[in-house]
Amino acid sequence: MLASILASGLAVGAVYALIGITYNTMFSTSRVMSFTAGQLGMLGGVLGSLFGLRLGLPWPLALLLTLAAGALVGVVTEFVAVRPVLRSLDQHLYVLSTLALALMLQQVTAITWSTEPQPFPRLLGGFGEDVLDEKFWLPVAACALVVAGLELLYRRTLVGHAFLAVAEDNFAARALGLPERRLRVMSFALAGAVGALAGYSGGELLLAFFANGPHLNFYGFIPVALGGLGNNRGAVIGGLVLGLFQQAANFAVGGIFASVAVFTMFIVVLLAAPQGLLGSATARRV
Amino acid sequence: MNAPSRRALGARSEAAAERPGAGRLAAALPFLLVLAAAAAVPLAGNDYWTLIATRAAIYWILVSGLNLVVGFAGQLAIGYVALLLVGAYTTSVLAAGTVLPPVPALAALACAGGVGALFGVVVGLPALRLRTFYFAMTTLGFATIVTQVALAWQDVTGGGVGIAGPEMPAPFETRVGFYGFCLGGAVLCTWMTLNVAGSRHGRALVALRDADVAAEAVGVSKPRLLVAVFLFAGAVAAVAGGLFASLQTYITPDAFTFDLSLLFFIAVLIGGRGSVLGPLIGTVVLTILPEVAAPLAAWSTFLYAALLLVIVVAVPGGIADLLDRARRRPLPAGRTIAPRPAALAELIAGGHRPAPIALEGVRLSFGAVRAIDGLDLTLRPGSVHGLIGPNGSGKTTTLNVISGYYRPQAGTVGLGPRPLLDAPREARAALGIARTFQTPRIVGEASVIENVMLGGGVRARATLAESLLALPRHRADERALREAARLALRAVGLDGLDDARAGRLQHSELRFLEIARALMIRPAFLLLDEPAAGLSAHEIKRLGILIRAVAGQGVGVLLVEHHADLIFDICHEVTVLNLGRVLASGTPAEIRSHKEVVSAYLGA
Repeated sequence: MLASILASGLAVGAVYALIGITYNTMFSTSRVMSFTAGQLGMLGGVLGSLFGLRLGLPWPLALLLTLAAGALVGVVTEFVAVRPVLRSLDQHLYVLSTLALALMLQQVTAITWSTEPQPFPRLLGGFGEDVLDEKFWLPVAACALVVAGLELLYRRTLVGHAFLAVAEDNFAARALGLPERRLRVMSFALAGAVGALAGYSGGELLLAFFANGPHLNFYGFIPVALGGLGNNRGAVIGGLVLGLFQQAANFAVGGIFASVAVFTMFIVVLLAAPQGLLGSATARRV
Repeated sequence: MNAPSRRALGARSEAAAERPGAGRLAAALPFLLVLAAAAAVPLAGNDYWTLIATRAAIYWILVSGLNLVVGFAGQLAIGYVALLLVGAYTTSVLAAGTVLPPVPALAALACAGGVGALFGVVVGLPALRLRTFYFAMTTLGFATIVTQVALAWQDVTGGGVGIAGPEMPAPFETRVGFYGFCLGGAVLCTWMTLNVAGSRHGRALVALRDADVAAEAVGVSKPRLLVAVFLFAGAVAAVAGGLFASLQTYITPDAFTFDLSLLFFIAVLIGGRGSVLGPLIGTVVLTILPEVAAPLAAWSTFLYAALLLVIVVAVPGGIADLLDRARRRPLPAGRTIAPRPAALAELIAGGHRPAPIALEGVRLSFGAVRAIDGLDLTLRPGSVHGLIGPNGSGKTTTLNVISGYYRPQAGTVGLGPRPLLDAPREARAALGIARTFQTPRIVGEASVIENVMLGGGVRARATLAESLLALPRHRADERALREAARLALRAVGLDGLDDARAGRLQHSELRFLEIARALMIRPAFLLLDEPAAGLSAHEIKRLGILIRAVAGQGVGVLLVEHHADLIFDICHEVTVLNLGRVLASGTPAEIRSHKEVVSAYLGA
């Protein structure tokens, strides 16, 4: 029992962590928290099922197409919901513009795909059983891969350094001559791919279901909020802890009370530490 | 200003209610038109349309309260369907008597209002600490949880099977009778929210949204105000839920989809923030939209979302902005600011007459930077105290310490015998400490006079409940505030611009507007943060006269400035700061000849 709680907890936790990284990647270059993060996860599952099962493509190709589609959605988010808002005076409007786009994505999926959960294809098959089944370790592996990849990107590449510069101080970065806007678009593409990977790797757990978006939005946001905005390490730790907590509560008191428990914990911690447990202090106001 | 220049809309229209005759009628006309159209619906003899109209009325009851939360206070509460659900189940369960002995439907509805008020606060509380996206997420989470609980708690709610809605007593049991009942409720809610919109509470809510720092400086207590508004919004939302259950005749958790939440939220935004008429029209339009375009019903969420995106990107002001022609009328050209200090006596008379403010040994560092390093300073009533020094010498920081925005790590700040440091910053206004800001913090969408009236909130006494019902104390408050605001505008020389939108004024006018707002406190001390920045030489001279006149009324003025001429012209005392310490202090003449000051700051 403990093993299965651990396995499923780490698996969903890894998906939450990946969605958290999606939020962070978009936030770092734009200071925007986008409601499309969860929808990207949803699309990862739906598109994976579409390409892999309905169209019967081999899984590496299906994965590639899914990631590309995710990146495209990321770029569209930047152009449609983020860029116009960053230009306006009241930048908090991003909450509304990204919410609108997220809902549009969800509704289009509901109508053109299905309103019922659809199966997701087995990817590797016959490789590990029970708690070592691929559906449990795939998300964890994907998460580890993304974290390692991002680390490499940020530390070893010029583009990564540029990302960090914009995240640190985008005025200064622009003054240095960095193409801030193009970097922002690139970071949204990257975030889109990460979000889609979250849904794809967790496809066998969460299935290809149009309503996964809000769920992932919320559970992916919790680790970000608790770990502090823009803090990927916080998101990964927070995501895994959240996944374990949720699965343990699920087992101990049942699904609904588990949701209530998670929600209550989230609110209480956030009210006690609005900047997150690993976040930094507020900006000055006067 | 005359009638046509007045905004005939929303929050602004209530200003007109103060004035007799034509203005009041013009403001009420759009509402009466909507009401007439609503009353005419049953005459069409089509039951289905009566049903739709009933639904619109119920939705508006909820949205009217939500409008204060979203449109006025700017809190992004996107999960209000949760309160509709709470109200619907409370009413149904009480009326059906599954848990307690059955209660009459109307009493059950009232109980639901009470429960809803409580839940409204629970949903809203995170807003006191969390901002925008965070708060939006918590309301969203709450909406999800409540639906799941309704599904799981089968003994009470019937779970997925559902429960019968309450049956209304005669004469409200027929379709038309019920419609009349809901319409009555909608009219009542419209009237109440209009009252709030035109009250100091409405102005304070908008100020919390657009200029929260200024709101605190004039004594608005964000927690108290928001909790009051959440109580009201929760109560009307739950009552709407009870009516909704009755309309549906049978409810299951499925009836409370996120689409509904979205409809409520978007209705407010499409209508326009800070307006009552706009969201009313928005609610009606959004309720009817899927009906007139039946093939689009499946796409309704998509449609709402697309509308939201278009509104946010293209018309952030919403319907209210489109309808508002007065906003585009040009302001008179060639305006000059001509303060009339004579008005000050009447305005400030009877204000505070306290002891001096004394700072002793104040120290404040930001990280490794010592912003203030052992500062002693005394502000005396009736005297103008200049605070000068190079950039980063701690002038504004000192002002922020006195007005409570920063808390020093060491030292004391006292108002006479009373220690100030423990009092929250929004308590400063009540103690008679007023301030202005380096960058003017005003509510650009509100009129000039409303911005000034905001400053007098600490002197008003009517509670939110009294304002909702337009009780005598509320009316007396509004009359007194408006009168005082006119006086303040005359004193600083902005009269004639009462009804202009504050966002359209010139920078220099905003500086004087801030002073007018601060004077509304009837301050004992006025802290001015670079009031002359961006002013012409003429305007600086007039500012000097105004400041001297304010001090002449017994007010202690702290003047943080870079314009040495102004400082030496009008100050009684001058303190020069450098690197957070007092470099010199004394009369202007002494400072002017002080060797170190001259070499460090003033130049030869």
